[in-house]
Amino acid sequence: MPPDRAHAVRRVTLVVALLAALSALAFMTVGVRGSWSFVLAHRGVRLAALVTVAYAIALSTVLFQTLTGNRILTPAVMGFDALFLLLQTALVVVLGGAGAGALDPRLLFSVECLIMVGLSGLLFRLLFRGEGRNLPLVVLAGLLFGALFRSLASFLQRVMDPNDFLVLQGRTFASFNVVDPALIGVAAFLALTATAVLLPRLSELDVLVLGREKATGLGIDTARLSAIVFALVAVLVSASTALVGPTTFFGLLVANLAYLMVPSARHADVLPVAVGLAVITLVGGQMLLERLLGFGTALSIVIDFVGGVVFLLILFRAGRR
Amino acid sequence: MIDIDKITKRYGDTTVVDDVSLTIPRGGVVGIVGPNGAGKSTLLSMVSRLIKANSGTVRVDGLDVTAAPGRELARRLSVMRQENYVAARLTVRDLVAFGRFPHNRGRPTREDTERVATAIAFVGLDGMADRFLDQLSGGQRQRAFVAMTLAQDADYALFDEPLNNLDIHHAVSMMRLFRRMGDQPGKTVVIVLHDLNIAATYADRIIVMQDGRVVGDGAPSEVINRRLLAEVFRVEGDIVEVDGRRLVSVAP
Repeated sequence: MPPDRAHAVRRVTLVVALLAALSALAFMTVGVRGSWSFVLAHRGVRLAALVTVAYAIALSTVLFQTLTGNRILTPAVMGFDALFLLLQTALVVVLGGAGAGALDPRLLFSVECLIMVGLSGLLFRLLFRGEGRNLPLVVLAGLLFGALFRSLASFLQRVMDPNDFLVLQGRTFASFNVVDPALIGVAAFLALTATAVLLPRLSELDVLVLGREKATGLGIDTARLSAIVFALVAVLVSASTALVGPTTFFGLLVANLAYLMVPSARHADVLPVAVGLAVITLVGGQMLLERLLGFGTALSIVIDFVGGVVFLLILFRAGRR
Repeated sequence: MIDIDKITKRYGDTTVVDDVSLTIPRGGVVGIVGPNGAGKSTLLSMVSRLIKANSGTVRVDGLDVTAAPGRELARRLSVMRQENYVAARLTVRDLVAFGRFPHNRGRPTREDTERVATAIAFVGLDGMADRFLDQLSGGQRQRAFVAMTLAQDADYALFDEPLNNLDIHHAVSMMRLFRRMGDQPGKTVVIVLHDLNIAATYADRIIVMQDGRVVGDGAPSEVINRRLLAEVFRVEGDIVEVDGRRLVSVAP
């Protein structure tokens, strides 16, 4: 890479990191009244959750887009987080509210995570099987699958025992405002493990951007690499969905902003900026809404609105090409 | 040596490549010609392990392409296919640098940087090394991908219809480039081509395929004749000799 481009990458990364740190600082300190120790502890837990979610979503989206070779699809658009929601619901139905309630939530989460890796692997193969895949068809199928999973989940919720439903509600009520503190540790651990698996493979992923055939020609075992990275995506999606629930367009927004801002296609350059942007959007956005706008609206609505507009813009641009 | 042994590829009931056996020794330029749907590209894809054969084996210098480690093969065999679309925004230099990946695993040395620059100059894109691929014309992009193959520096370079999108000037300079590659000691270039005259002019050996089988194999002067035109390409025409080369002149 020429030095001026390397310099530009460093500058972007630095600015984004600085803004992310500022967002976190503001989130912790703006508008504190009463006991600092209580507020800091309370907000610290939420900050940890939001940062974990930002990290998991940014990473899973960029990885997923590298695997599928396009910048419109994300795990969320393809209905993967809805799949996790359905899985959570189905598990409570099968185990019964009492059974699920008696289990350690972390154990339950790990089981869900494992099943998620298997199921989403199947779904992925179903959608991306064959050589000549048709992008609009895949988008449509993904949106349909998402709707199907959501409907199935809400159908199960309607017919299940009301006591079981209460247990389930306690677990899936999560949003950006209310996170489940029991799971933060596990989710963060999973995200870090995923990173450890990923790091030695970053340069192989860079080659995968050229497409499956060219990567094979350059000596990469694409089937193996895809399987590994896809399992990581499934784990990361599980982690973020368990913490805050589905986030339709958030990943799409931060990933595409990162591609725009970073003048390099290397994952080692793009991923940190995507994560930083996700932290700024989530932590900074939450702070603004809570402290300055007084919970006037939910952050997820704002993000989905902006993200949805970006989604349409990219879709139209891709259509014109 | 590339050793293709009784290789067959079927899609459903259709047999695209039918029990083909070939050996391609080191050195020179080999052209594979044949009508559309003859199985040329499929054969090339199986040799370069992009698709799996139903039966038969391909060995490159004794390595079975379906079993040998990818990195080992990538240093011996490079392939460039027809579709060259990349979703990411890459510059010419970024793209060509990927050709060094089998050698450096993503950690370029000074030698890699020099080889990349040489490859870019070789295809005549020196002034555009820092342009993005989507700012290039179809022909320039094609040459950028050829430069990537050059940088990969494999002993056997396979090209599938590399002259698509190129006007006659660039087609000729591309073929001259392949000729120079094939003349380097120990380097072999295998090209799938449509144009018989281009094959006759630049290849040392021409392999003719029809309906998934090899129906002709030899030096251009042995292979190109009226029977080939009539039976394989189903056109009437004459063979004319120009400067000792046999060329095809098709009846209007």
